Amino acid sequence: MSLILGIDTATDVRAGLARDGRVVASGAVEDRRAHAEQLLPLVQRVAAEAGVSLSELTGVVVGVGPGPFTGLRVGVAAAEVLAEALGVPVRGVCSLDAIAQAWADEGTAPTDFVVVADARRKEVYWARYRADGARIDGPFVTSPDAVPDVALAGPGASLTGREGVGPAVLDAGLMAAASDRLGEVGLEPLYLRRPDAEVPTTRKSTITTARIGMMGPR
Amino acid sequence: MTAPLILGIESSCDETGVGIVRGHELLANEVASSVDQHVRFGGVVPEVASRAHLQALIPTLRRATAAADIDLSEVDGIAVTAGPGLAGALVVGLAAAKALAVALNKPLYGVNHLIGHVAVDLLDHGPLPQPCAALLVSGGHTSLLHVRDITGDIVEIGATIDDAAGEAYDKVARVLDLSYPGGPVIDKLAAEGNPKAIAFPRGLTAQKDQAKHRFNYSFSGLKTATARWVETERLAGREIPLADVAASFQEAVADVLTAKAVDACEYLGVDTLLLGGGVAANSRLRGLLEERTAEAGVTLRRPRPALCTDNGAMIAVLGAEVVTAGRRPSSLEIGADSGMPISTVLA
Ligand SMILES: [Zn+2]
Repeated sequence: MSLILGIDTATDVRAGLARDGRVVASGAVEDRRAHAEQLLPLVQRVAAEAGVSLSELTGVVVGVGPGPFTGLRVGVAAAEVLAEALGVPVRGVCSLDAIAQAWADEGTAPTDFVVVADARRKEVYWARYRADGARIDGPFVTSPDAVPDVALAGPGASLTGREGVGPAVLDAGLMAAASDRLGEVGLEPLYLRRPDAEVPTTRKSTITTARIGMMGPR
Repeated sequence: MTAPLILGIESSCDETGVGIVRGHELLANEVASSVDQHVRFGGVVPEVASRAHLQALIPTLRRATAAADIDLSEVDGIAVTAGPGLAGALVVGLAAAKALAVALNKPLYGVNHLIGHVAVDLLDHGPLPQPCAALLVSGGHTSLLHVRDITGDIVEIGATIDDAAGEAYDKVARVLDLSYPGGPVIDKLAAEGNPKAIAFPRGLTAQKDQAKHRFNYSFSGLKTATARWVETERLAGREIPLADVAASFQEAVADVLTAKAVDACEYLGVDTLLLGGGVAANSRLRGLLEERTAEAGVTLRRPRPALCTDNGAMIAVLGAEVVTAGRRPSSLEIGADSGMPISTVLA
């Protein structure tokens, strides 16, 4: 018997529970800026809705992106610490894979499709899948123009100028139910981008006027 | 009631800290620093710090529970830095603390980082005489506080109006081609220099500043004056007397910090001054403050240097103090408050 908690913060705030591979609760807070505030209260709500105590969990699965970094880290930190405190294993999976698997599990996925998410700065995250939900390429971060011209799913589909036909959002209950079938990618968020930072190279002049030398050595 | 067993998490800047205390007793204080990753940037890069916090989280937590020899299920509450600090860094600790609170079904206390720098002294010297004054000096903050009740009544009577003292150290270190962070390296160099070699300015000490800025600090003018002096000497082809520049700069910083702190004690009518924050480890600041508080008949309290820099124990002990005072836990919906005012002890 298994009771898996699924958490994803790659886009908005999502949590769900699955018992023995069947969804028992799933919830979302559709806010892309309140991961730190809303995630743990949501976890409590889905547990209450399912009528379970978190101490009954047998595992945690977390979407590690790709997605905006700050939100991703909230989900991964929470998942890791929940698992640590409860003494259960935690698995990191690609958030795009979870959407692809949900479509595959519906039985309606086409033979070749792409799941797209918003990467901001006029770019998208995407990965390419087969009908059974297996990832065959990606994930990448590119301009929307570079997304292959196949069927689309995911929260960023419309950014390509085309319409998505598969699931538009990740359902954390379904992700928990499919946990065993999703490939483990580790617990480091899928950043895909390097941190922005400038290395100061030259010393900036601090002399702005000719009035210098007012404080020579005594 | 026995003293509460509190686990504290700190992630406001570049140190990931997990501390465990029982009341005023320190059981564990584990810190993972990402400072090495920021050296080449000459300052803390928020995204780099945030990534490092996430990586350090579980190992630091494990080290802390092992050092304290406790099981997580034994803790009475979870304290965490809710602010001020880097938003993206704060949320990592906050998510971890909330997850612990939810998993263990224990209360959450989102506390103010700056007040943690004051509270940490409880671990070394026990209950704080209240009211008292506190001088907090670190890379990110420089403030003078009137501490009437550490769990709920703190007034900032002065603060820097531009750079924090620690920032000035970093910038001067860069001008002198010294390594980052600047505090320790300038302190070391200064020991061999003449603090009176160069008369650097003392910010906001002029008579005209007394009305508005009696307890405020300004280090921007000092920083610029130091850089200008060095540049002028370089342009003139003279060798820079590094130790003298460091000593004179450090003297200017310590002089104004200590003079205003002692003045504040007199103004507030308090007989205890607490020195906290990372720069509190600075030898000249400590030395001069010892001299001047002794002259003024003020008792100086300062935590051991290892507790002055950012750590989880300071958050844990403030949490324990808040629990003992019977304050209500924080909501699980609190967010990171990067500009958390010092008047807010508990979110
Ligand atoms: Zn600090």
